[in-house]
Amino acid sequence: MKFNRRNFLKAAGVAGAAACCSPATAGAWESDAPENPYACLVDLTRCNGCRRCEEACAEVNDLPLPDLSLKDEQVFDEYRRMDADQFTVVNRFFTGKLDQDRQPVPTYVKSQCMHCQDPACASACITGALTKHESGAVYYDVTKCIGCRYCMVACPFQVPAYEYNEPITPRVRKCTFCFQRVVENNEYPACASICPVEAITFGKRNEVLQIARNRISHDPASYIDHVYGEHEAGGTCWMYISGEPFAKLGFADVPEKPMPKLTESIQHSLFSYLWSPILLFGVLGGLMAYTNKKNKSQENDKGEE
Amino acid sequence: MADTPRPVDRPFWTPGVLVMLAFMIAGGIALLVRFSSGLGAVTNLDNATPWGLWIAVDVASGVALAAGGFTTALLAHILGRHNYETVIRPALLTAALGYTFVAFGVFIDIGRSWAIWKPIFFQNHSSALFEVAMCVMIYLGVLWIEFLPAVTERFKHKLKFLVTLEKGLDKTLFVFTILGVVLSFMHQSSLGTLMVISPTKIHPLWYTPILPLLFLTSAIAVGYPMVIFETTLATSSLNLDSEMKILEPLSRIVIFTLGLYLALKIGDMLYRGTYTYLLDGSGESWFFLVEMTVGVVLPWMLLLSRAVRNSRRGLFIISSMIVVGVLLNRINVFIVSFSPPFEKVPYYPTLGEILVTAGCIAAIMFLYRLFVTYLPVLSAKKLEVEE
Repeated sequence: MKFNRRNFLKAAGVAGAAACCSPATAGAWESDAPENPYACLVDLTRCNGCRRCEEACAEVNDLPLPDLSLKDEQVFDEYRRMDADQFTVVNRFFTGKLDQDRQPVPTYVKSQCMHCQDPACASACITGALTKHESGAVYYDVTKCIGCRYCMVACPFQVPAYEYNEPITPRVRKCTFCFQRVVENNEYPACASICPVEAITFGKRNEVLQIARNRISHDPASYIDHVYGEHEAGGTCWMYISGEPFAKLGFADVPEKPMPKLTESIQHSLFSYLWSPILLFGVLGGLMAYTNKKNKSQENDKGEE
Repeated sequence: MADTPRPVDRPFWTPGVLVMLAFMIAGGIALLVRFSSGLGAVTNLDNATPWGLWIAVDVASGVALAAGGFTTALLAHILGRHNYETVIRPALLTAALGYTFVAFGVFIDIGRSWAIWKPIFFQNHSSALFEVAMCVMIYLGVLWIEFLPAVTERFKHKLKFLVTLEKGLDKTLFVFTILGVVLSFMHQSSLGTLMVISPTKIHPLWYTPILPLLFLTSAIAVGYPMVIFETTLATSSLNLDSEMKILEPLSRIVIFTLGLYLALKIGDMLYRGTYTYLLDGSGESWFFLVEMTVGVVLPWMLLLSRAVRNSRRGLFIISSMIVVGVLLNRINVFIVSFSPPFEKVPYYPTLGEILVTAGCIAAIMFLYRLFVTYLPVLSAKKLEVEE
């Protein structure tokens, strides 16, 4: 028995030493972002708050339809967020801008999942139920989801919503980037195709980004020189240009570094090939063998006395 | 070897045990609502604050406060300090029960409880949560295996196969001992990595890339205080000898482990310059100050005094402070520091959430009492002669 144990501990020590020599870090972090995915540009100088996008979104996703009657302007009185049964919302902001008659001018902002290039939610997801699809969509596979809601903790834009009143089979809910329409049917996202003022431009990300830059450079007086989403959170597939500062329009202040970079670097440098646990196992095994031997010999000494 | 573990020969059904039972029933009723009407019916969780009391206390604090299991195993079995042997079994039992309820906490908090097995087959290796889940799952099994000798010892005279099992355990237990320590290092730290992905939502007083290191060192620091805390509770409620001969030297080790944690905390604060938030009068700053002074600085200074260490009451108070400090730290990291950008109402737990958490703690105490009554766990001598 002792023999087995000693041999085992020795083997563990060797394994630990071997792990120590193997490359400790798996190299620098690399982005998994698709090269040139689909993207949308929202031009906030064009949006007039008609909320037809909300309606189209609800129709496509089988969600309760919003009431778009003209009297319904008071929906804008309260700031709204996306929810389990609403994947996109339009909010109204008064930034202090006045028109010729000194009346405050509203700015309308459509929100939905930003479809990050390196999504924090997908990096956090315990089972990989959330993934970044090459089309650009951050795709949710309900069959893998366990409902831990770490995606919601991780999302810097506070997008994923949850069916809190569903006891057994709650789902995480968010904009799908009209996955079926875009990927399978080659159509535009519902919101982009319905928009009557062409506030939403759909296309490949590089081209859409070029359009954004062109609009800003052709009319610098009407635009802030910033494409929100070009660099935010490492870049997103939904991007915005605006005539008013984004900070006044309820946009989250998000770092430009991809959100998963730090945690994935920590995880991968510590645990790739399980080198650190194996090393620790070896060291502890060695220690245990050493102290056991020492204790044994001390006991023997006492016995001889 | 006068002090060998043996079943505690005291009546099981005491008023205290009935109180625990009442809490368990109340928590159970809240859980019935959770599983019939959803998380929304019992909790104050919403889209802005998806994690609340259950994750902060039942899961994160549960893991941290079960650190007595691997820290005592490390000391006695790996570093060969066999004089601490007597605290191992109770520490392993609390750890095993603690992790059982960590798993239970996860089970009730995830929306699709029935899908709890899915991470075994659908693995996302970049997710810190995935690693935590795997480690906790394996470690839960390891802990019960480590505790098995108490069961075989008690029943081997009646059941023959337990003799074989005991022999097998005797040969292999050291593998599980080492594995338990390795798994603990892994997930205690990765539990701290969880919030590193949300830099914009966590208050700068707590947000640091070394959160995993802080979680690991604070878990190590709270290991022995937790053993002192629960041993003192158990020996005084069961009217047993206080075992001060072992607890005092244990507390001396805490001077170094807690000192290391304190040094890391202060160093991190100086390096990131977050002391500017320390006295800004915000709610967060107050929570941070209480966590650090009551939970770390004060007990660390008190530990330096030999007189305090040698007093049973003093040692219990210090240990309680450290335990509360780590508990408050996990609550702070997961709840207090968490402020999402578009929060409508700040999160606070509902009565239902509190009842479930209280019920789980009561269940741990209830089962602990049950185990030490019928299995050889505690070694302390009985104080008065009854028989």
